[in-house]
Amino acid sequence: MPDDQSKTPESVGSGVSRRDFLKISSVSAAAVPVLGTRIVKASGAPVTVYGPGRVPVELNVNGQLHKLQIEPRMTLLDALRDELQITGAKRVCDRAECGACTVITDGKAVYACSVLAIAAQGKRITTIESVMQGEALHPIQTAFVENDASQCGFCTPGFVVALKAFLDQHPKATPDEIRRGLSGNLCRCGTYHGIQQAISQITQRGA
Amino acid sequence: MPDYSWPSPATSALIGKRVTRVDAPAKVSGHAQYTYDYHGKNMLFGKVVRSPYAKAKIVSIDVSAAEKMPGVKAVQIIQKAGSTVQWAGDEVVAVAAIDEATADDAARAIKIEYKKLAHLVSDAEPPAGAGEAAGPFSSDDIDDAIGNQLPDKQFIEALQQRGVSFKPEEDDLKDWADEGASDDVINAIRKAPFHNTEGQQPHSFFQKAAAQTQGDPDKAMAEAEVTSEGLYGATVIAHCCLESHGSVTEWPDKDHVFTHISTQNVSGIAGQMADPLEVPAANIRVHQDNMGGGFGSKFAADRWDIAAARLSKKAGGRPVRIMLERDAELQVAGARPSAYARVKVGAKKDGTLLAWQSTSWGTGGPGGGGMPPIPYIFSIPNKRAEHTTVRNNIGPARAWRAPNHPQAAMITMGALDDLAAKLNMSPLDLWIKNLDIAGPRKDTYREELGIAAELMDWSNKWKPRGTNLSSGIARGLGLSIHTWGGRGHNSDCDVTIHPDGSVEVKIGTQDIGTGTRTTIAIVVAETLGLPVEAINLYIGDTLYPPSGGSGGSTTPGGVSSSSRRAAVDAREALFAQVAPGLNAQANDLECVNGTVRVKSGPSRSLSWKQACSKLGAMPVTARGKNPDKSKPPDLTNSGVGGVSMADVAVDMETGVVQVKKMVAVQDCGLIIDLKTAESSCYGALVMGISYALFEEKLFDQQTGRMLNPNMEFYRLAGLNDIPELVVHMMTGKGYDERGVIGLGEPPVISPGAAISNAVANAIGVRVPILPITPDKVLAALSQSTRAGAQ
Repeated sequence: MPDDQSKTPESVGSGVSRRDFLKISSVSAAAVPVLGTRIVKASGAPVTVYGPGRVPVELNVNGQLHKLQIEPRMTLLDALRDELQITGAKRVCDRAECGACTVITDGKAVYACSVLAIAAQGKRITTIESVMQGEALHPIQTAFVENDASQCGFCTPGFVVALKAFLDQHPKATPDEIRRGLSGNLCRCGTYHGIQQAISQITQRGA
Repeated sequence: MPDYSWPSPATSALIGKRVTRVDAPAKVSGHAQYTYDYHGKNMLFGKVVRSPYAKAKIVSIDVSAAEKMPGVKAVQIIQKAGSTVQWAGDEVVAVAAIDEATADDAARAIKIEYKKLAHLVSDAEPPAGAGEAAGPFSSDDIDDAIGNQLPDKQFIEALQQRGVSFKPEEDDLKDWADEGASDDVINAIRKAPFHNTEGQQPHSFFQKAAAQTQGDPDKAMAEAEVTSEGLYGATVIAHCCLESHGSVTEWPDKDHVFTHISTQNVSGIAGQMADPLEVPAANIRVHQDNMGGGFGSKFAADRWDIAAARLSKKAGGRPVRIMLERDAELQVAGARPSAYARVKVGAKKDGTLLAWQSTSWGTGGPGGGGMPPIPYIFSIPNKRAEHTTVRNNIGPARAWRAPNHPQAAMITMGALDDLAAKLNMSPLDLWIKNLDIAGPRKDTYREELGIAAELMDWSNKWKPRGTNLSSGIARGLGLSIHTWGGRGHNSDCDVTIHPDGSVEVKIGTQDIGTGTRTTIAIVVAETLGLPVEAINLYIGDTLYPPSGGSGGSTTPGGVSSSSRRAAVDAREALFAQVAPGLNAQANDLECVNGTVRVKSGPSRSLSWKQACSKLGAMPVTARGKNPDKSKPPDLTNSGVGGVSMADVAVDMETGVVQVKKMVAVQDCGLIIDLKTAESSCYGALVMGISYALFEEKLFDQQTGRMLNPNMEFYRLAGLNDIPELVVHMMTGKGYDERGVIGLGEPPVISPGAAISNAVANAIGVRVPILPITPDKVLAALSQSTRAGAQ
């Protein structure tokens, strides 16, 4: 692709434009692999280059700072599950189609399978493990329990987290709006009826 | 002898009530542990290299580069050079490395040379006369027939006619019995004539099954006042378990194996791993806390599970995890066979069914697949059913909830619905007219059809075909009925009462999302007069008494029977210790509401804790079993009936089908927990909407690969596809006293057929094959317009 083709930079994560990325990758390919991050100039601006190999990464998960040494290609989901053993977010489709891996970063629901761990640094990451309020279930969780909105339960953490993120942002949402808000999550056992009942309960009693 | 029989739901504290799923809090909080969540100490990550070709001979395998890579700890060849792979995605080599990225790199460094062979991934109608007579059964064919739950009668006849190509060994027969083959089938395998097929040409892609004939179909068809013909069917679909198949396996020492595996069959896995790993089954421990969906596809220790165990051994016993990636999950870990049929039905003008003629085909992959039980439910007096199996290279089929039944329902109920339209009858009237030939559950259907019709408001809403159109949206109603067996499987259960009053239940079953934990806890709590929370329940481990695999709707019957007998016997042992202090006979005691009291004088009572303290220093444990003829009555039963009705809206311009409402009416004998039973039905309606409208495994004919091995293009229904769902469980007289029957299969059978019939009612023409995608709706409409113009 000619360099001048991309007038508007498209993000590939960490604020690196696609154009920068092409330049960086040609730099990296020639360089001897080193551990850690480097700053290179790309289009005159400093850009952080991670890897190859394991690099130090800091993740703020559920209010706790974790220091990891991981490959830059590792997703946030895999870092949570395989490095930190925080396994509530599930790996199902691994490409942003089903929502089972949903976590909240800086108040926004994201598919953890489609965010690189390095790109989640500096963000507040909230997983299903911190949705409970101390020993008590969150009202969303209570509504899921009472309306039997889980069967095998593998999709459930994703639904609960996605619903929490949506209601945090849209506290007055109607059931229809909430259903649309949850359209990025899929269930195989067919718990949607229970989830709909849970949604009705939440909109009546509040979350 | 103690009374083991079920208490009546009318007087029980818990049985038949809506009890909340006991593990729901763990599931909604992310604390429920699944196999995929297990992280063994020093765990290695396994990856499988899969064949890119649908059929190919492996010429050479070079793993040297991978073996030399830093971080790679073991490489295991699964299929050697010289083997033939039979489907794209077939396992060839597995590697284990210190992290997933390294394992991925190592897998990419493995060089495999293939010689491509001609493949078939289509399951289109076989050319006329293409089907060769089926040869003798190989042991794979028998596995397949058992896995597909081929009806006994059909299976035994086929065994007698076709014989077997091998000499069955006792071990094989035992395995098949464990997998659910009846004694009659085992005997038929034993007695089947042996035909040596060695050195013969490989099978054709097409194999004719023996025709089934009853009465005089030709004469009856000729005499029928009305006949109706059509094509009906359902394509191959996937299980698409959200927790993919796989395991984490380690060798704690050189003689022992410990596997965490995602399975529907905890107690059966060790026996399957023993042979290939050359370790006694007794040295293999299997564990699973929760599992993320199986739907019939997770009974085996799969090839990748054996590979994980071998990799672990090579790597000094370190745990090795192989959980399938999503593409592999959709390619190789489960498929429901397709089935298609050209059907002609003949009837009298009043709707009385006289004759059935069908020519059907379908594929279950390399092993082919049996004919679905058609005509379904209605035993039409004159019939001829011919079937050709397509053996192709799409990968093996696995049991998918109610094997063969959803396809049989689609074919049969579709054909009868078209007949009703031709007779200008409401399908509801046609069904009711013919209930006399609807088998042992006919009275159940009659009652259920009445209830379903009321819940659907059928009599007000139903209109003749193609007459309910407004603003480009056509509305229609459809129905279907279904049946299933579901007798309780073999199950052992231990109930222990401790002197401090705590209660422990141990049973090697599994909760696959159906509420098995809740069922067992309710039964024991009810029997001991305690709340559900008082029961400490341990399942999912070979350390506990063995209990059958969760398939064929056999778990509720099995585990409720064994846990009931165990709890009654443990209670009797407690009564024996408590009776003297209460100045009563042991058989005059009862457990009610946290007390042990004298039936004839309830004022004489002890709290549960006080009563248990009379046990002295040692707890009491009782083992309950199912079946157990020495402890009558039989607490489980077999045979249920159910009805589904669908109300749909079809956009005539875009062909998009929207389900507006569904009704399910279902019996399952005595219901232990009404809440989770209803959830099974709601879930089945959702799954039915999903396979009726969206799901299909698509294959590229040229490359032989699956085109949609992801969750974007292998579509599952989402929250917004789900309409008003109404579930009614049959309870009370005629149902409660039958005993406990499972519910995993029945309610998922009919929704597809009901939706197909509703679409036909709406748009005036049949969309023959599920899933009913917009393109098929538009094609059916344009075909009927063209036909109308001619």
